Amino acid sequence: MAETGRLSAPATQPFASPVTLVRVAIIVGILATWEAVAASGLLFQDVVPSLKVIGLAVVELLADPTYYFNLGVTAGEIGLAMLIGGLAGLVVGILLGSNRLLSRAFESYLYYLGPTPKIIFFPIMIMWFGVGPGSKVAMGVLSCFFPVALSAAAGMRTIDTVLIRVGRSFRASTWQMVTKIYLPAMRLPILNGVRLGLGVAIIGTLLAETKLSNKGVGFLIINAYSTFNMPRMYALLIVLFVLSIGVNALIGRLGGVGTIKR
Amino acid sequence: MTARALDRWLPPILGFGTLVVCVLIVEVLIRLNVVNRFIVPMPSQIAGAFERVILDEDIPHRFLVTMRESLWATALLALFGIGIGVLLYRVQLLRDATETWVAAMASAPTVLMYPLFLVIFGRSEKTIIMMGFVAGLPAVILKTIEGLAGTRRVLINVGRSFKLTEIQLFVKILFPAALPTIFVGLRLGMIFALINIVGVEFLINFGGLGQLINDLAERYDLPGTYAAICFVILVSVVFFFLTDRVEKWLRPVA
Repeated sequence: MAETGRLSAPATQPFASPVTLVRVAIIVGILATWEAVAASGLLFQDVVPSLKVIGLAVVELLADPTYYFNLGVTAGEIGLAMLIGGLAGLVVGILLGSNRLLSRAFESYLYYLGPTPKIIFFPIMIMWFGVGPGSKVAMGVLSCFFPVALSAAAGMRTIDTVLIRVGRSFRASTWQMVTKIYLPAMRLPILNGVRLGLGVAIIGTLLAETKLSNKGVGFLIINAYSTFNMPRMYALLIVLFVLSIGVNALIGRLGGVGTIKR
Repeated sequence: MTARALDRWLPPILGFGTLVVCVLIVEVLIRLNVVNRFIVPMPSQIAGAFERVILDEDIPHRFLVTMRESLWATALLALFGIGIGVLLYRVQLLRDATETWVAAMASAPTVLMYPLFLVIFGRSEKTIIMMGFVAGLPAVILKTIEGLAGTRRVLINVGRSFKLTEIQLFVKILFPAALPTIFVGLRLGMIFALINIVGVEFLINFGGLGQLINDLAERYDLPGTYAAICFVILVSVVFFFLTDRVEKWLRPVA
């Protein structure tokens, strides 16, 4: 049988996918509009500084040692808040999730108190823990407790009962049940709770710093506002947004949220 | 009491009873000077301060101010959030390019932009409304897309078999089918907006209920501060409860 040749068009690799092109177009459009507004004088020049000025402010900020000191203060407060609030949330969540009576008695309180604006508790936190970092940590604790507790409680209820029965049939102690069965089985909801908790802990701590503080990134932001140093304020907000989104994504990746097999 | 009645009433009684016992313990501890009454006022003092705060501090007016700001933010959320969501659903390329950005915006601490909004809009209701709007926008956009994309194929096919135009298909099939999910998004957006509105009122000392807490705290009116905080919590809880009920009512029966 005669062999026929095969037509094969040379595969052309596109320069970039249409999605990438649209993304680039949107970014370029926003930056061009910003620059045009900055140059036009339609708004006060200081309110919308040019991109070059903002870029320089970002570079200056990243080269400033005091920024890293304040970032360290805020990171320490958030870390401590996550440790205290996260652990407390985890314990309460496991208790509520493992006991139907407790869940029905108290979980609705957590459910409805969870979304209340936590910053309004700041005057109380100042009275209880003073004007120093203690009150900021307390704000972070209060903020992250609810999402972690609710996620852990929901996670407890999704654990396969077979796993729990296996643990009990081996006469596992409460501690062994928690560390060997509950926590590994609840990894996904706990990680989601921690991610949500971290987001609100960052907000709670930084808002408290903007209200009353003399150190921390929140203090730097409100200080830039008070001195009308707009490029520095933009720089602080840009770096802060990149950091918070980055840390959130990192926790998800480290925990392998997307790869966990249920 | 039957076992069924016990099962029904024991959890709420236990929950509320624990709350009451905790309040009584705090009252006793303060009266015994174990807890400093200049840091934590007695619950009886807080209860007594409610009437004073409501009457002297004009709570109804402040409540209306906060509600007005929330309504404006909700109206903007409905207009722009649902509008952008519909646009992203209709233009697939735009959706693929920006959906992850919208999701990232949802996890960004946008409320920290309030000093920036203060510079742009001044210390006014506009700043508070815009902060509420920005905070709630990603949730409304994402849920609108989810609702429209989740419309059952058979419904769309029925519409097409009736030769509906694209607008008719959207108005008569897509939008009504997506409405429960869109309302979930709007509810989430309203919650984020209300949280931020009260928070920013407190931070910039302007507006309704949030400002009241700041005012009372600065006057070192402890029972009043605690009473105002309790009032805001009460308002939030009632708000979330009502929107929760509406959401359940709208949810289609499986």
